Amino acid sequence: MRLLLGSLFALAVAAIVGLGMTYFALTHGAAFSGLSIGSWIALPKTGTLDADPYARATFARSGQLPIALGDGVSFTAHIDDSGKLLDGRCDVELSGITPAARFWTLTLYNPDGELVANTVSRYGFTSQEIARRADGSFDIAVAPRANAGNWLPTGGVERYALVLRLYDTAVGVSTKASREVPMPAISTRSCP
Amino acid sequence: MMRWLLLFFGGALLGGIVHLATVIIMPSTATQDAYLRLARIASVNTVTALPAPTPENATMPFMDPAFASAVCRYDLTQGPLKLTVPVSLAYTSVSFYTRYDVAYYAINDRAAGRRVIELDLMTTEQHNQLPEEEDVTAADRLIVESPTVTGLIAIRALAPEPGLVPMAQTAVAAARCQRPDEQKPSR
Repeated sequence: MRLLLGSLFALAVAAIVGLGMTYFALTHGAAFSGLSIGSWIALPKTGTLDADPYARATFARSGQLPIALGDGVSFTAHIDDSGKLLDGRCDVELSGITPAARFWTLTLYNPDGELVANTVSRYGFTSQEIARRADGSFDIAVAPRANAGNWLPTGGVERYALVLRLYDTAVGVSTKASREVPMPAISTRSCP
Repeated sequence: MMRWLLLFFGGALLGGIVHLATVIIMPSTATQDAYLRLARIASVNTVTALPAPTPENATMPFMDPAFASAVCRYDLTQGPLKLTVPVSLAYTSVSFYTRYDVAYYAINDRAAGRRVIELDLMTTEQHNQLPEEEDVTAADRLIVESPTVTGLIAIRALAPEPGLVPMAQTAVAAARCQRPDEQKPSR
């Protein structure tokens, strides 16, 4: 009886620990060999055959196709530069420049990877749509209400993620330092 | 007390193994992965244009709304495939994925260096069986080896501004993936 109870206890612990860790890893994103610049995180290796088992499992679960490394690199931000989670009710400003690439796109998604509905049906920007300063830098207002200049509407959702994709770029697996890759800064200006 | 502590640690250790095992078998048991999502709408060895993602409806999560895209779900059991993709004005890319959604090759319009991206897709075995002279005479022929017999080809064209969406859609709609013998002789 004691033996049975003991083994059941051990098996229950195994199931909880094992499945719990898997669930946590696949929903919170565990991956090796990431490239983190400011609030932006890229996992260039996930777009190759060297993708680690965690990345493979994450994509299988979410149903997305990773961007192949020969195509481009995708940077994701869930937080601003002070570590605060991006909130669609706040005015957030993106400013700076992007790494060298033939094209880039910036898209706003909800945490499930769906586009966010808004009054002007704008879900993102491409590098050709952005109004820039003379030195090539730009500001983008990510805010629930209309702003002058480059305005990316949040639709007022509570949480969102920004995805900046660089197409035809030298940024990749061998990129190490943020010096080579200047990513725009993300700052929360005001919250209601 | 000691006994329960031991059982707990034994269980936790076993849990680690359970964790690694579930992560590794996850891709082969997933029912909502990109390949199966696309299998519902795309027939084998033909190019199927994907609808542009909207907040209400998207084929896959995290699709880039600035792109017009199409997929070819391939099956190489009958033999190699020939892929032709006319390049659009802005940026066109072709990415290859295994059955389990791992990207193994991608090429863009500039790397291809022509007006039409032309590729032959085959398994390593089919590549080895290719007559040698054919391999040599077609030096400019791009051959891509697929690690799996089935998989996905994603064809994508960028619309740098909303007005260029029809141009990008036309470019991906003109892409073809088919068995070489099904093709009409062009020369």
